Amino acid sequence: MNNEQVKTLKNNAFKIWAIIATSIGLIMLAVLLIKIGMDGLHRLSFDFFTALPSRRPEQAGILTALVGTLWVMVTTAVFAIPIGIGAGIYLEEYARKGWWSSFLEINISNLAGVPSIIYGLLGLEIFVRTLHLGQSILSGSLTLSLLILPIVIVSTREAIKTVPSTMREASYALGASKWQTIWMQMLPAASGGIMTGIILALSRAIGETAPLIVVGALMYVPFVPKSVFDSFTVLPIQIYNWVSRPQAGFIINAAAAIIVLMLITILMNGAAVILRNRWQNRVKW
Amino acid sequence: MSNIKKTSTKRQSEIVSAESTTAINEKLLGKNPSKPMKKIEIKNVHCWYGDFHVLRDIEMAVDPNTVTALIGPSGCGKTTFLRIFNRMNDLIEGFRLEGEVMIDKKDIFSRELRVNELRKKVGMVFQKPNPFPKSIFENVAYGLRVNGITNKKIIAETVEHSLKQSALWGEVKDKLHKNALGLSGGQQQRLCIARAIAIEPSIILMDEPTSALDPISNSKIEELIYDLKQKYTILIVTHNMQQAARVSDRTAFFYLGDLVEFDETKTIFTNPKNEKTQNYITGRFG
Amino acid sequence: MNRKEQIIEALLFLCGAISVLTTLGIIAVLFFQTIEFFSEVSLKDFLTDTQWTPLFAIKHFGILPLVTGTLLITLIAIIIALPIGLSIAIYLSEYSSKGVRKIVKPLLEILATVPTVVYGYFALTVVTPFLQLIIPGLSGFNALSPGIVMGIMIVPFISSLSEDALYAVPSSLKEAAYALGSTRLQTSLKVAVPAASSGIMVSVILAVSRAIGETMIVAIAAGQQPRLTFDPRVPIETITTYIVQVSSGDVPNGSLEYRTIFAAGLTLFVITFILNNISFYIKKKYREQYE
Repeated sequence: MNNEQVKTLKNNAFKIWAIIATSIGLIMLAVLLIKIGMDGLHRLSFDFFTALPSRRPEQAGILTALVGTLWVMVTTAVFAIPIGIGAGIYLEEYARKGWWSSFLEINISNLAGVPSIIYGLLGLEIFVRTLHLGQSILSGSLTLSLLILPIVIVSTREAIKTVPSTMREASYALGASKWQTIWMQMLPAASGGIMTGIILALSRAIGETAPLIVVGALMYVPFVPKSVFDSFTVLPIQIYNWVSRPQAGFIINAAAAIIVLMLITILMNGAAVILRNRWQNRVKW
Repeated sequence: MSNIKKTSTKRQSEIVSAESTTAINEKLLGKNPSKPMKKIEIKNVHCWYGDFHVLRDIEMAVDPNTVTALIGPSGCGKTTFLRIFNRMNDLIEGFRLEGEVMIDKKDIFSRELRVNELRKKVGMVFQKPNPFPKSIFENVAYGLRVNGITNKKIIAETVEHSLKQSALWGEVKDKLHKNALGLSGGQQQRLCIARAIAIEPSIILMDEPTSALDPISNSKIEELIYDLKQKYTILIVTHNMQQAARVSDRTAFFYLGDLVEFDETKTIFTNPKNEKTQNYITGRFG
Repeated sequence: MNRKEQIIEALLFLCGAISVLTTLGIIAVLFFQTIEFFSEVSLKDFLTDTQWTPLFAIKHFGILPLVTGTLLITLIAIIIALPIGLSIAIYLSEYSSKGVRKIVKPLLEILATVPTVVYGYFALTVVTPFLQLIIPGLSGFNALSPGIVMGIMIVPFISSLSEDALYAVPSSLKEAAYALGSTRLQTSLKVAVPAASSGIMVSVILAVSRAIGETMIVAIAAGQQPRLTFDPRVPIETITTYIVQVSSGDVPNGSLEYRTIFAAGLTLFVITFILNNISFYIKKKYREQYE
């Protein structure tokens, strides 16, 4: 073999390896989906959604976990959306270029890299103990809000950045104030990008387990929470609880609950992708 | 629709819009609308971007209801000069101005004057058409809404009146609630003019308003400028010598931050006093 | 009018300040509890003792077993993720058509959005039994299986960011290599990868930081038994899983056991903080290079 042939051979060998590497991830994903489908699909029934947890796997359901997840999501959104968008606007439109704005920026990048369990420790000390909110939905949601805040802030900023500065100038030239310009022009024009960021952030929050365990979400909640001050559990914690048990019946329950959780996450991510594409195609300046 | 009916509705709308104009003026200027601001005088004006001295010792007086063309090679400071009058330069970090800028004997940089009040009275049309990504109607209505006008009837009438003034009404009256970004470039620019005049300014600044447009749209806008002169004082930056000659009463030639010559347009183009002006208008540089 | 604008600006400033307060809160909480912890346990024991048994009758407070457990899992994850992620990045940026990239990239990014409990389930019920067929004597809980699964999870971190970096390499550089008769592979490895090396490094550091902070996969599949070992076949415990283990039990507030999770948390925070800031530093330098 001459040099040229070796070169070509190596090139082709890499190509085959690269295709395999690309496939490994996707194959794993496929195996994972098939496996949970095979394990859990037959367990999904109306009763599974409406039953309370139980010591007997065939009678246990995800009602309390599902309701808990909904409660936590809604309250997390209530805190994280306005604060995140507000902070994004502040950084993009108000903060003067200088040490303060670069400090804020580095700070937010750092927060985005803090392991989620650390937020759990923060929530445990501040919300549960210092503010005496207890091991409640409120403590859990506040913790998750802080966790997803960097995602909302960053996507708000990115979305505002895509609005051309000529919009801002046109609005100012008509005598609009700074806030009128932001509220009536910049935010509507950036809304698609901001919405996408919010959905992605919430879908991240839905899958979070560790920080909520630390804040004190319970493994076993035999009642449906009625207010934000009630104790709670969420789907991922219910799954963790079932996976940790030795009986095969609970593993099946876990698989079924995973199907529900995955469906929610996939739907949210899908919605985000569709929204992003529509937003990018709609406005072309 | 019969012809007669058309005329009558048209007249009606003109009457109504005259009323609404007063209403807007009251809202914008207070109960006692004094003589609208129109006359511009500036003295010893210097401008800087950081350390860069963009405009040096400018002095100029602009009469009401005239069109003044600002010409000069790129980077000569004419756009900066234009943006002095609605203080758009303030948005740029590091911008600094010294000197006196008076509109109707009032210093527009004084502390008492609110910058958004000033911008209501000094409208602006930009180089590239920049309609908001909203409906045609909302584009024109925006200036009214941000100035606190909520009466739907007045808004609708003003929108119609402004679109008529900017010669766009006929083309868009059936699609007022369609997105403005669907209009052609020339239509978009006329929409931007309608948007600017909807809040009844007294001065209109135009920054190369036709440079991004085709020749037909260009001539429509030039005609429009001629009509608008009856009501407004207009300052227009242009790179197009013919345009300056066609639309303006007086012309100012800027070169490297200096106001080299300012005179009747006819004089500038036929008998300039300065050699640099002569060279520029005959196309020897620029 | 002006007053309203000022109030709004103040409110927006508060929103921005919350992010600073969060950071301060994290640092304060971790430090105060850790200081209390060290009033009872010496720093020397914490750093040199080879056992971590705060929940037992005979208590030892050596963080080393948790740190090695964390490092072992992270190492396995990176050994899996780096070659796969980098190959994908090279393939997508240098070989594949635009159409393929447009489909494959978002598909791979799904891997990063799957909740980690789901990966834990996968490691426990699929990967471990499968590995037990190949490796005799592999314990039901071990470091290997969650490490591998975590590796798959962080593949998109490496592939996406590295691909962006490779894509940003000026095409003039690559064309010069092609003009000299290089194959795609040679061009990629000798021109594109070195030119994008800082971007690739950032992606790896972020992936490592993510792996170190990951909790649930390990909590489910690695056994929650602190052990000072680099043997991937036996149960271990990481810093994160220890915190979860204590939190799911009934440890009284204010006790020494309770404070251990903050000492462990601080250790974790310091490690990831350093890693993240190294990556910001590289990213900043690299951006200056191209501008």
